[in-house]
Amino acid sequence: MTPLLASDALAAFGQFALIGLISGLLYALIALGYTMVYGIVELINFAHGDLFMLGCMLALSFCYIFNARTEDDAGTTAAFMAIAVMLVAVPLFCAGLNLAVDRAVYKPLRNAPKLAPLVSAIGVSFIFMNIGLFWRGPTDITFPKLLLGETNLVAGSGLRFTSKDLMVVLVTLPTMLGLTLFVRYTSLGKAMRATAQNPTAAQLMGINVDRVIAATFAIGGALAGVASVVYGLYFNTVNYQMGFQNGLYAFTAAVLGGIGNIPGAVLGGIVIGLVKALGGAYIGAEWSEALIFGILIVILLFRPNGLLGARVREKV
Amino acid sequence: MKLRALLAYWPVVVFVALAALPFSQDKQVALYVQQLIPLFIFALLALGLNVVVGYTGLLHLGIAAFFGIGAYTAGILTVQAFPFQQSLPVVLAAAVVTSVLIAVATAAPTLRLRGDYLALVTMGFGLIITFVIRNLESITDGTRGLNPVTPSLLPGMDDPNLRKFKLGPGWGQHWYDYPYFYFLCLGLLGLTNLFLRNLERSRLGRAWVALREDELAASCMGLNPARLKLSAIALGACIAGLAGALYAIAQQTTGGPESYDFNRSMIALCCVILGGLGNRPGVILGVFILIGYDIVLTPILDTETQQESFQTLFPEWMRGKQYLKVSGWRLFIFGAALILIMRYRPEGLLPAARMKHELHPEEGERPESEGERPA
Repeated sequence: MTPLLASDALAAFGQFALIGLISGLLYALIALGYTMVYGIVELINFAHGDLFMLGCMLALSFCYIFNARTEDDAGTTAAFMAIAVMLVAVPLFCAGLNLAVDRAVYKPLRNAPKLAPLVSAIGVSFIFMNIGLFWRGPTDITFPKLLLGETNLVAGSGLRFTSKDLMVVLVTLPTMLGLTLFVRYTSLGKAMRATAQNPTAAQLMGINVDRVIAATFAIGGALAGVASVVYGLYFNTVNYQMGFQNGLYAFTAAVLGGIGNIPGAVLGGIVIGLVKALGGAYIGAEWSEALIFGILIVILLFRPNGLLGARVREKV
Repeated sequence: MKLRALLAYWPVVVFVALAALPFSQDKQVALYVQQLIPLFIFALLALGLNVVVGYTGLLHLGIAAFFGIGAYTAGILTVQAFPFQQSLPVVLAAAVVTSVLIAVATAAPTLRLRGDYLALVTMGFGLIITFVIRNLESITDGTRGLNPVTPSLLPGMDDPNLRKFKLGPGWGQHWYDYPYFYFLCLGLLGLTNLFLRNLERSRLGRAWVALREDELAASCMGLNPARLKLSAIALGACIAGLAGALYAIAQQTTGGPESYDFNRSMIALCCVILGGLGNRPGVILGVFILIGYDIVLTPILDTETQQESFQTLFPEWMRGKQYLKVSGWRLFIFGAALILIMRYRPEGLLPAARMKHELHPEEGERPESEGERPA
């Protein structure tokens, strides 16, 4: 076996960076939901992380329905069916739920002071968490390992990149690419960008702003749904509080990249993943979270609009 | 009109009534009155947050950090593990000074951030403090917390034995026992209230409100937004630090870091918003409703629902589950309360006159002039 990288220390660094990159892609997927919603309605959707959590809980239900409950079921038809169904149904569920919440809670507050929808979002987050608690109880639950994920695809290079890791890349990257193309080239995507720039002007141009906002919530929710399936299959533990934690990372990622900015959210997610993995490895796992928020503060101090955010001049 | 003028003094009446409660001779009453102590402490915390969010309009999502700093300063200055063992006045002063210093040091560089970004930085700072408390085990004892936090009453003096002042059931021996500590907390709450009432009508208080209404216009009128924001954050941290120190003394332990986490900040914010942003009596009412529900009512209702006669009303598989406990519904009730308040009464239960006027201009109610309104 010939290691590709010169020394062990370097190989270890590469490995941690790889882990960080992969979890970063996951954070980025959640962050996109935050950033798209913020870009259009300027709402920090605190409930987004908990929507993601409910997605995980539903994905777990599909495992049970198809009777793919343990590691032994990996590779069977049941497991394959379960994964296929959850990849379709969970994003649909999350999109529908996000849409319904927007309709019931945020929409009546469109013209209210900015604090009102924010506080409502915190309220929705509490309610989602409580639903998760009732649904699965207060303890950690094992999400069955349904992927044949332990074979190393780059054996001999000194790194470890399993098919499980590949699955994350294969799901997240095309999703993000699709989203970018969607926002750039479809008419709904153009309408979204127009609404984000100036809702009044967009409305004057004949764009149905309400529909655009609803579509944004639906797409953001669907992305959280995709992320929740991938997360469950990759990390194999879920609990009702995971939405808060991961939502916070994703949210930090969105802000880091410049909230409202789609490539920024992806960049931010990757930065967060890298900081968490490398910080955890070299400084100590217990400090990695503090490090993330420390870096967030430092970056905001020097670039108050995030890494890729445009500077907004205040109008009088 | 005369009655209305008298009614305006209701906070004083409530204060006197609360101060009279420990003299009740009923044992049951004494038991419930003791549970008001944490409510007073959280009311202080919410008042501190109200300075930042209510008066100045800065969304602060990490007030619990200063609550924690106050509590741990009190802990470090008191417990046997450290060679300090300071008395109450020193502990309170140190807690206040430490949280103000940390608040100023951390807020000063962030003042040029606007709106949501400032909120984020405060949230990040609050989270970092929680991790610091958890990880600096040699100082904070990790998740176990520091104890016992029982400072002496005055420096260089043994605690007086207060048993001879016993005027009702449940009166203890040490100054940090009920009801002496109850009076201390109530008194500090009253003083803070009085101080803030005067501050609201001072040059500084009005400048904060001007900043909240329109930062650009305020700075064009010659106000210095950075200095005003800094002073609001410092005063908020000061009150929160005081509350934290009292909290640690009330519990006689700092508790683990989870007492000072993001949830605590959120719930304090909920209290402020539920009661009425910027209005002191409203904020205190918010605390009494939300925290009162959470730490006084829930345990009582929980013991009720644990009883056989209630549980057997439900099928076998439901018994003992989270949703058959009142405490299981905690987040749900908080969340629903926030959503409903924002939808139907965004100015809060007991709004400031100005806020009410802004949010419901169609009612044509003129905001009362501040000077005429004793509170």
